[in-house]
This record gives sequence, C-alpha cells and structure tokens, in this order.
Amino acid sequence: MSVVSTTSVDGIDPDRAIAVRRRRPRLLPYALLAPSLLFLALFTYLPVVRVAVEALYDKPHGTGAAISYVGLGNYAKVLADPAFQKAALNNLIYAVGVLVPTLVLALAFALAVQRSTRFAGVLRTVFFLPSLVPLVAAASLFFFIFLPGIGLLDYYLAKLGLHGPNWLGDSDIALWSVIGLTVWKNAGYYMLFYIAGLQNVPRDTVEAAMIDGANAWQRLRFVILPALAPTTAFVTVIALIQLLTSVDHVIVLTRGGPSNATNLLLYYIFQSAHENFEYGKAAAATLISVAILLAISFGSLRVMERGARGHG
Amino acid sequence: MGKILPDSAHSHAPGGPPGPLMSAHSDAPERTWRSAVRLEKHLWPAIIAALLSAVAFLWASPFLWTLVASFRPEGAGSADMASLLPDLHPTLENFRNALESGSFGLYYVNTIIVVAGVLAVQCVTVSLAGYAFARLRFRGRDVLFYAFLLQLMLVPPALIVPNLRTVVDLGLYDTLPGVMAPYFASAFGTFLMRQTFLALPRDFEEAAAIDGAPWWAIIWYVLLPMAKPGLVAFAIVSITAHWNEFLWPLMVISDPANHTLTIGLAAFTRGAEGGKEWGVLAAGTLLVMAPLAVAFIAFQRRFVDSFVFSGVKG
Repeated sequence: MSVVSTTSVDGIDPDRAIAVRRRRPRLLPYALLAPSLLFLALFTYLPVVRVAVEALYDKPHGTGAAISYVGLGNYAKVLADPAFQKAALNNLIYAVGVLVPTLVLALAFALAVQRSTRFAGVLRTVFFLPSLVPLVAAASLFFFIFLPGIGLLDYYLAKLGLHGPNWLGDSDIALWSVIGLTVWKNAGYYMLFYIAGLQNVPRDTVEAAMIDGANAWQRLRFVILPALAPTTAFVTVIALIQLLTSVDHVIVLTRGGPSNATNLLLYYIFQSAHENFEYGKAAAATLISVAILLAISFGSLRVMERGARGHG
Repeated sequence: MGKILPDSAHSHAPGGPPGPLMSAHSDAPERTWRSAVRLEKHLWPAIIAALLSAVAFLWASPFLWTLVASFRPEGAGSADMASLLPDLHPTLENFRNALESGSFGLYYVNTIIVVAGVLAVQCVTVSLAGYAFARLRFRGRDVLFYAFLLQLMLVPPALIVPNLRTVVDLGLYDTLPGVMAPYFASAFGTFLMRQTFLALPRDFEEAAAIDGAPWWAIIWYVLLPMAKPGLVAFAIVSITAHWNEFLWPLMVISDPANHTLTIGLAAFTRGAEGGKEWGVLAAGTLLVMAPLAVAFIAFQRRFVDSFVFSGVKG
C-alpha cells in the first residue's frame, strides 16, 4: 500500500505526465495480453465450448463411421454407466478420506516445525520432500511398499507378527491404500500454508489466553484454529481441485481396479477417451467435471469472502 | 556457543512463555511450582521430540528404502529386499541397468526440453501480461483479469480430452511442443508478476519514459532486473510442475523416442512387476526424483517461499 501512496504520479509535472502517457499507444495493453490470451483461448476457453458441443454427438471410433446428433444422450449414457457412478462415489470418498487427515497432519506438522531450530529444519525437509517428487515416482515407491509378502509394509508388519491384507488387490482396501499414498504425498505441501498462516496469528491474543489460564489445547481450539480459518478454507479449495485432477498414481498402480474400486472421475475420462475411444462419453464426463470444479471454486469464493469479513 | 543456541531458541519457542511472563514465573517462591514448570519445560518437549522423530522416520522410510535398495547388489535375494538396513557391499549395478534398460538418458533430454521450453515461453507471456495488469489502464481490465484467473480453476488436466483434439488439429500430436503448448499461458505466473511489479516503485520507469525509452526497454532494462525474485519464484514452481507431469505427456506422446522421465518410469515400473528387479526400479525412481530433491535441499528457503506464494494465487 505504501507504494501506491508514495508514487510520484500526482506530484509529477502535468506536461511530463501527458508526454509519458502519449508514448503509450492505446492498443499496447491488448498487444501485451495477446500472447497469453491466444493460448488461454486455445487451451482453456475453447476446449470447454468444444467439449460442450461434441458431447451432443456420437462419433463411433474408426474411419468412415457416421457422426450422429444424440442430444443429451451421452450425458444419459454416462450417468447411467455403473463405472461412472462408482468413479464419482470413489472420488467423493477419496476427496474426504484424503482431505481430513491431510489437514490435521499439515497443521500438526506446521505447529511442530515452526521453531527455527536445526531439528525443526530437518523435520520440515522430511515432511515437505514427498510433495516435491512426481506422483508417478511416489506410485513406483508405493508399488513396492504395497507388494504382497515381500514389500516394505508386509516385511515390517511380519516382524511385528502381523499379516497385512492385499493392499492393492483387495477391492475393499485398494482405495484406502491409494488414499494413504496421497496423504503421505500432500500433507507436507499444505504444511507450508499453515506455517505461513501461523505467522499471522496475533501473538497478543495467544499470550492473553495464556495469562487467562488457557492450556495448550484450549489455546489451539479457541485462539489459533479460528485465526487459521482463512488458511484452512484456502487449503481445502486447492486440495479439492487437486484431488479431482490428478490420477497419475491410479494409472501406475491399479488402473482403476480391482473391479473399479479405485476408479476416479479423471481416470474414467482418461479411460473413455484414451483406451475405449468413446469420445462422446469422455466429452460429457469432462463437462460434468468442469461443472464440479467451477462449483467448488465459486462456492469457495463466497465462503472465503465470508471468512475474511468475519475476521476483518 | 553450540550449547547455548538450542536452549535460547527453545525458550523463545512460540508455544512457550514469552519474556515478561518468565519473570513472573521465577518470582513464584514454591519449589513444587518450579519443578512443575521444569517438568513442563523438559519432559513434554522430550516426548514430543521422540514422537516427531518417529513420525519423521515413517515419513522418510519410502525414500530411505529407495536409497538403500538402489545400492544393493542384485544377488541379495528378493526375500529381504524390503530391509531398510544398508548392504555392506554397495554397488552401482542397479543404476547401470536402469540407465541401459530404460534409456533414461533420452528421457532426461526430453524432460529438460519440455521444462525449459515451457519456462522460456512463459517468462515472456507472464512478464508482458503482468506488466499490462500492473501498470496500464485500459477498458475491460478487470474482466480480462478474471478471465485469466479462470485457468486456476479449469486446470489443464481437467481438459485433456478436448486439448488432445486441439493438439492433433494443430499437427502437434506426438511432438514435444504439443506437450508444452497448453502451458504457454499461465494465470498463476501472470498474477505473480503483477504482484511483483505492483510492489516496485514507479520512479525508475517514469524517469526512463521521460528519457524516451520505449515500453519494451522499460520492461527489459528497468522492471525485469528488479522483478528477479518474482521470476525465480515462478520458475521454481513451473519447473517442479512440468518435471513431475505425467498424464498429459502420456496422452500426447506415443513414440518412445519422445518419452519424458515420468512416462519412462511408469513403463519401467510396469516392467519391474514381471522381472522382480526391485533394485533397478529403486534406482530408476531415484534417477527421476534426484534432480529436484537435490535442488530443494540446496535452496530450501527459496523453494519454500515460492511454493507458499504458489498458494496465494487463489
């Protein structure tokens, strides 16, 4: 803000200001935005239009096949597809199942590492490192960790006298194994936002609560958590968008199986388009997921605004 | 010095009592009160530190296994392959096998081309757009800004199906530019550069403008040198994102000569399933992860700041 108030625009000689302004052609702003707008149009705006139009048609795979107008037929087909229903339900379980433990761990990690000691520094690195590696590499590691019998998990469970289930092969367990991998991968990333958020928690309030005799848990529950509400709202939104749009680990580890137990929306789209060549279905499912993404984003704008007002 | 530092850092810990309160405590005469304080000051931190160490070990164990297994000789047998204890006779055999069987050298080159190509074009597009939004007044500025931000919600992975059709239409299917194209415009980068430019004083560019410098000279010679921290932050986020990307290149690329590291690693993992060459898989995974992990450990502060900013985009 101080930059705005100290700028010399108001103090400048009017003739000079006009001279400065005259040097800028009126079309310059649009010319500067043009390169970005070109690529945004090609790969963000037009695809939505394209997919909305193409979802209305059925185009069987193969050359020479006739394209036919089917109206909302593709949406009906997708919504009636048991695989889609399963993918949508899975994605809901996956989103909630990842989000809750990730937020709790991210905050716990942030509280643990906010001191500037060497130990805290090492912890910060360890917790953050998983979010820096490719999701594919994480999947490769967990491919071995989850391996029945000789994998990392079963090997050490056996030393404790325990016998693990078939982590990726059992359709009741597989989605939770994928959830576990994702929690490991993401918690450290969201920790960073809580570290930043904790720096904005007013010290005075925390100290006042201590003088009033609030214990650590009460300080967390009644002072720190309310102050972190905007951070939590924000992390929730970016986490939800991410949980709807990354399926690299599903592709490497399970291919949506066993029997669609780990099928997620984007994987369903990928499979329809890339493996089954059902383009109309893929287009309709894409538009459904675009609608969900926009609903999350616009819904959250309201929530975050309200949160900001409540704290402002 | 080494002994004093941790203690002083400890007493200033955010959860602990701040300065003025400390003196109030030490005024308390009872011994029991003092020993209770001492208990809270020493026992709890010890328990928490032990708990944290355990969680950190659990968190690091996948990486520890990768390191140990990738240097383990092949003859070690697969029964103890999961052991986290390092082998007495480390070997580079697994890395040689991985490099040979997976053509990782080629994947490195392709990945670097994609990452550098995306970043180079992005630097131009986000600097120009960021400058326009930060410094110029024009009709429709707010609407256009929101139109840019739409890309933060409609992230490219959600639009893989129509975007693949567009890439085919443009004749870029199975080419590296096809992998890069959807990322040439970046809403996050534009937003970051706008914020960076807004924080710079206007005096220098006004002086340059009065001296007759054209707009491109003002951006190139005056603003960008001062905006370097913003560009570096953006570069770190962009490089990380595209080094790690998988789904989109998987859809665009079919010729193995164009494979990137992540695609190579995925194929490699599938291959390892049959051959049971876990050491080679660990070595391959390490080869893919190592560059970013090493850069992160070397430039931790910068990485952390960049990623925190990457969150502020919303």
